[in-house]
Amino acid sequence: MMIRLSAKDNAALSAMTHEEPLIAKITVNPNLPNGLRSQSVLIIHEPAAIPDGFGLVLLAFDGEIANAPVNTVRLSNDIRYLKENDVIKFYPAGCKINVLYRKEANVNTFLLTERCNSFCIMCSQPPRDIDDSYLVDDILEALPLIHPETPEIGFSGGETTLIGNDSFTRLIQAAKNHLPNTSLHILSNGRNFNNLDLAIKVSRVQHQDLMIGIPLYADYSQLHDFIVQADGAFDETIRGILNLKRCQVPVEIRVVIHQENYHRLPRLAEFITRNLLFVDHVALMGLEMIGFAKSNQQALWIDPYDYRHELQDAVETMAKAGMKVSIYNTPFCVVPEAIRCHAVKSISDWKNDYLDECSKCSAKQQCGGFFSWNLSKPSLHIQPL
Amino acid sequence: MSPLGKRFKLVDDFNQAENHDYHLLPSRFAGLDDGRYLLSNEVGEYLVVDRSQLESYVKKAVDQDSDFYHDLKSKHFLFDDDSNVAIDLLALKYRTKALRTSQFTSLHLFVVTLRCDYTCQYCQVSRQTDDKHAFDMSEETARKALALVFRSPSPAIKIEFQGGEPLLNFNLIQYVVSEAKKLNETHKRDLQFVITSNLSFLDDTVLAFCQEHGIHLSTSLDGNEALHNSNRPRPGKNSYEITVKGIKNAQRFLGRDKIGALMTTTEKSLSQVRSIIDTYLEHNLDCIFLRPLSPYGFAVKNHQTQKYDIDRWFEFYKEGLDYILEINRQGHHFVEVYTQIILTKLLSPFNTGYVDLQSPSGAAIAAIVYNYDGDVYASDEARMLAEMGDRKFRLGSVHTDSYEDIWLSDVLLDTLESSLSESAPMCHDCGFLPYCGTDPVYHYATQQDVVGHKAFSGFCAKNMKIFKHVIKLLEDPDTKKILTNWVR
Ligand code: SF4
Ligand code: SF4
Repeated sequence: MMIRLSAKDNAALSAMTHEEPLIAKITVNPNLPNGLRSQSVLIIHEPAAIPDGFGLVLLAFDGEIANAPVNTVRLSNDIRYLKENDVIKFYPAGCKINVLYRKEANVNTFLLTERCNSFCIMCSQPPRDIDDSYLVDDILEALPLIHPETPEIGFSGGETTLIGNDSFTRLIQAAKNHLPNTSLHILSNGRNFNNLDLAIKVSRVQHQDLMIGIPLYADYSQLHDFIVQADGAFDETIRGILNLKRCQVPVEIRVVIHQENYHRLPRLAEFITRNLLFVDHVALMGLEMIGFAKSNQQALWIDPYDYRHELQDAVETMAKAGMKVSIYNTPFCVVPEAIRCHAVKSISDWKNDYLDECSKCSAKQQCGGFFSWNLSKPSLHIQPL
Repeated sequence: MSPLGKRFKLVDDFNQAENHDYHLLPSRFAGLDDGRYLLSNEVGEYLVVDRSQLESYVKKAVDQDSDFYHDLKSKHFLFDDDSNVAIDLLALKYRTKALRTSQFTSLHLFVVTLRCDYTCQYCQVSRQTDDKHAFDMSEETARKALALVFRSPSPAIKIEFQGGEPLLNFNLIQYVVSEAKKLNETHKRDLQFVITSNLSFLDDTVLAFCQEHGIHLSTSLDGNEALHNSNRPRPGKNSYEITVKGIKNAQRFLGRDKIGALMTTTEKSLSQVRSIIDTYLEHNLDCIFLRPLSPYGFAVKNHQTQKYDIDRWFEFYKEGLDYILEINRQGHHFVEVYTQIILTKLLSPFNTGYVDLQSPSGAAIAAIVYNYDGDVYASDEARMLAEMGDRKFRLGSVHTDSYEDIWLSDVLLDTLESSLSESAPMCHDCGFLPYCGTDPVYHYATQQDVVGHKAFSGFCAKNMKIFKHVIKLLEDPDTKKILTNWVR
């Protein structure tokens, strides 16, 4: 079920002493030692005496409360799921809360910037040309608060490298320092790695488990450049991938499949095995119907059932060449049986949903289901197994 | 298809190239069958095209909106003003294909004795004698050969023991293995050993030794009992029985992956390829190498090779491969090794270590032979040629020559240089060149010329037929599925 990661309709129940936004970790322990309280957010799920000294107190229930201490907020219904170890950003003006990290999530992704140097026709997160450099500082502040047993975190954009080479490497370094057991997945269009220096900088961090996910949408320049709406992008992205691999940074190729490129998918797979066999993973991805994918739906949508032959051909070409291949964002029942072993539950839990008929399906455990916003436009060939 | 929203440009807006204004990248073509051609680039990517496509490609008349244009561009047959990353990628792929040449000699054959208990009529080199000293390699010779082995820069070193029947000099094999391992403590190469044996003397001691050192065994199995015994006579007339027993023992004690068999084709084989393959299946072997009879040694003297020509051999190969594909269709993975080598060259960015299909030739720089007496030869065939009295490809001796003397010898360098496919008449513009190679010793043996006239070359005729056949097989999607599984 869709989970909201941000809520504005929280209500301040007492005076706020914060002037600046607060990034802090949630606790359920009202007896936390005094010294730790000011940097912690206490969440309370039922009426009880509210202890003093916490940086913020969140009430996750509706009942009346007497003598609320300063900085007490009643949570919006949408985010009452918050738990111990989650990390939030609280904006005192407007009482808005952004959820930065959920310990329970299958993956926690941090947005590095909304700016981008491409303008992909199916972008799920349409770029905005704004100054959002504060995001980097927020993440630097949040990383030390993240639970050390978190298996994986992600950085996404926009184009992540646009925060600048120094900030980019600083963030990877911080992830390594604070989360030495956590894998880090970064999305980038790869174009800025055309500059070998950036690739070298990233590799020097020697992050223990890094993967840079780079989209490649076609096997020749014009089609890729059109899809990302940027001339020269194909050459830059390929050179970026070569530079990263030259520096031994793990790279994943991500191919979003739609009306404009599905017919070349088998050729793209061949192109990858001939030219980029050394990349570490290839993800073939169904369309996420939000952002530009939604506004361009007429031009882009193709039922995954209708490209199943191309998909199978591509997966088999790459798998036989010894590559690690996964199918993302595609309902299990629509994936041809021979390649179902490559289908992965790839959708982040907060935006993951199933159709009603899925409750009858014996494969639901293995199936990645749907993006919540794809439910209105599912494949016409959903067939409970 | 409905257009995109207004903020987006159209696909045509992203084309920086003028129509029909493209640059050809290095490529070659060759006739495939009626009106169709194989078009291949420098790194072995290919397209099957018809005459009009070929002409329009060369004349720069391919329409840039066509799928054919995109195929040519994606497979690096051309580039245009929209993108030039093709050059970087081609350079990378060329380096990958040439990697083995830069790594230099990895296969080192030690002829540890010429003695043999068999009397095969086509055998080029073996001797029947009780005088051990005359035809056995000595420890001193072996030690000097080993010193040369580890001068090779190759990260992987394979030492293959040959004969005669190498197990007749098992003591020396033990000596070489232990000395090589000692040397490798400092050299730290990926070191492997193979014994090529008829398995007559495969007893528990030998098996235990192979087990301890992870040694692979390679043997000869020519087909069913009658065929094998007739090809490979030995005093007891029981060579088949001994060989299959040896194969079974090796499989049981060492593992199935540690024993392989090779077959030699004789005139008698030609009519029974299915039965030969069945023999391999019966004995749990998972591949076969359908080889033509080589033109050296006793084989040439007996005029065996002339008894059947390449065409007949090719029919044999084709029937065999058809049968093997049928076996695979039934769900049993079974591989024809020569086809596998060619498939790897056709379908992967890598080259293979197979010595006979390389340019520059693999002679001495991929594989080298140390004869029992310390003479060093450019290849096994070169040694056989010497047995017939022509020592053209004797590169020196471990007793008198240094590493530099041998590998920089005029005969070797001249041979390698003059026999490069890329500059050989007929080969240099042949579409099959990326998959083919050059075999100077063969051409010297058959035409007294290291380059050879390819129109009269059995090597060329055989390979060209096989290339065409395999490329056509790949056009059938189901067959392609099987064949791509063979690629290594
Ligand atoms: S029916 Fe639903 S749960 Fe089952 S495989 Fe299809 S999409 Fe998945
Ligand atoms: S030997 Fe024959 S098939 Fe091979 S490259 Fe030369 S001409 Fe072509």
